[in-house]
Amino acid sequence: MLVFERRRQPSKFWTTITPVLAVVLTMIVGGIMFALLGKNPVEAIRTIFWSPLFDPNLSAYARPQILVKAAPLVLIAIGLSIGFKANIWNIGAEGQYIMGAIFGGGVALALYPLEAWWIFPLMILSGILGGILWAMLPALLKIKFRTNEILVSLMLVYVSEHFLASVSLGLLRNPDGIGFPGSRNLQQYASASNGELFTGTGIHLGVIAAFVSIFALYGLIKFHRIGFQVRVTGQSERISRFAGVNPNLMVIFCLATGGGLAGLAGIFELSGPTGQLSIDFNVGYGFTAIIVAFLGRLNPFGMALAALLMALTYIGGELAQFMLNLPAAAIQALQGMLLFILLSMDFLSQYRIKIRKLA
Amino acid sequence: MDFAAINPLLFISTMVAASIPVLLAALGELVVEKSGVLNLGVEGMMIIGAVCGFITIVHTGSPLLGVLASIIAGGVLALLFGVLTQILHSNQVATGLALTLFGLGLSALLGQNYAGIKPPNFPKPALGFLSDLPIFGQLFFKYDYLVYVAFLLVIGVSYVLSRTRSGLILRSIGENHDAAHALGYHVIRVRLAAIVFGGGCAGLGGGYLAMIRVPQWTEGLTAGAGWIALALVVFASWKPYRVILGAFLFGGVTLLQLNLQAVGVKLNPAYLSMAPYIITIIALVVISGTSSRFATLAPGSLGKLFHKTM
Repeated sequence: MLVFERRRQPSKFWTTITPVLAVVLTMIVGGIMFALLGKNPVEAIRTIFWSPLFDPNLSAYARPQILVKAAPLVLIAIGLSIGFKANIWNIGAEGQYIMGAIFGGGVALALYPLEAWWIFPLMILSGILGGILWAMLPALLKIKFRTNEILVSLMLVYVSEHFLASVSLGLLRNPDGIGFPGSRNLQQYASASNGELFTGTGIHLGVIAAFVSIFALYGLIKFHRIGFQVRVTGQSERISRFAGVNPNLMVIFCLATGGGLAGLAGIFELSGPTGQLSIDFNVGYGFTAIIVAFLGRLNPFGMALAALLMALTYIGGELAQFMLNLPAAAIQALQGMLLFILLSMDFLSQYRIKIRKLA
Repeated sequence: MDFAAINPLLFISTMVAASIPVLLAALGELVVEKSGVLNLGVEGMMIIGAVCGFITIVHTGSPLLGVLASIIAGGVLALLFGVLTQILHSNQVATGLALTLFGLGLSALLGQNYAGIKPPNFPKPALGFLSDLPIFGQLFFKYDYLVYVAFLLVIGVSYVLSRTRSGLILRSIGENHDAAHALGYHVIRVRLAAIVFGGGCAGLGGGYLAMIRVPQWTEGLTAGAGWIALALVVFASWKPYRVILGAFLFGGVTLLQLNLQAVGVKLNPAYLSMAPYIITIIALVVISGTSSRFATLAPGSLGKLFHKTM
């Protein structure tokens, strides 16, 4: 019979290789799903995973776009991963992303049409602040009343979505917009615009910030005391107290970094690619970032690769929508499937499978 | 504004119907959590149940088949979660989240050609003169079949959990799986059964939403109802009858904000729409913060990994 024997430590080999295997398996299962939808599976998978990178007609446009889409995913996933390491589950990044955009965008719209160099930095700071404040609600409620941060942070996503709807139809609506919903377009407001850094690529400051965050997290986890405390808290809260960790401060720290980086991603996205606040400003980056965090094994470089892959599926998905008439929802299902398959394969890194003869 | 426009009898009977989806989902999750498993995928199972039930009822015209499709779809998705967490020992929090993300994506995919279609009417039992009784008829005897099924299910779950041997085994596994295993109970088998039951309930709750309550299919139809169901289990302190109370509270607030919007309260409708979520948070705070015994209310092994050793 088959016996599962728990490894003393997760296998390094399997931990590294399973995300790759999971992607391959997702392509196969996803292909079956596309075939059931009546599409040519090989063509669909190739359009999603291959064409944006290597198709000579598309790659010049698509390659930099992958970086643009990966940037918010990296920023949010980096922030969330700190909490996940410490067993603090902030899954409301989508809401913190929205609040970052509303706070930062609100500052810019309040100052319009003033032109000054300090407006953009102020926007970024208030975007971060917006995300942090929104994440402090589950943090403080957890500390004070022991409420579950998963449920509270998630409820707040819905609250922030309604808030976004109200401000983009009311308070922050473009007064010159002849009745159209949505705010002024920040791309047309020089002091608040997060324009592209290299002409024709769409690459903006957020991409640079994402790069910086990868190395910052690496440094924090590897070399700073806080990184150690985060890891100990995740393994055992009791032991972490002996190591001098204040669990309440840990909750605040984890939610603040998650919220702050999600808010930062939100304001970069608003001032850059999106331009204006509207009802459909948020597209689910906060949830996809959860997949990125797990797929990247909570490792900063792993998450960067995972974010690139998810960004690839977004771009490839748009292509497949356009070229093969594949529904947009198929990509969402594919991403969820990937996380599922990855989690089931984690078994291989935690356990050794042995065949034992029945006595 | 005109509060007189809100008919109290109609309000209460509509509130009961509005609370059924979360009531069913929360009841299922309660059984799952009593067995020591935390399945955060309720939202995913609900919405898959909703879309599968809706597609079935539209194609076959049969409410019964629609209901069955909802239950089976939720159950199958739950079984996937069960196999991953119980047999392959994946992280319960992460797997539950994956279930929700996958369910939302898959439902949008399955339902893309079904938006805007009206499903056939869902039948109500003919209760004769009872339905015509003044006041009582409106309050108790004018619902569709599933409302009665839901309340019978609450009674059944409560009875099985507290008065039968199977319920005792399930609870003992949830309180301390190692001790239950040592007594010879099949921890994983019982948990898988509980998980599938929970999935069936969540699927049915979603089906109720799509086939009866709304009744229509739109992407993201459940709008957080699954998460609210999870919160209700905590709010109910893992007691079946208290789930009804929580579901009424949620149903009442949802309905009240719709009514207030309808009678033209001078408040931005977006703020009113936030109310159910904010009330849920407040309810969580009240129950977690004020009950000094709160830490002992949750099943002892909730969310913990069980690995059978020889």
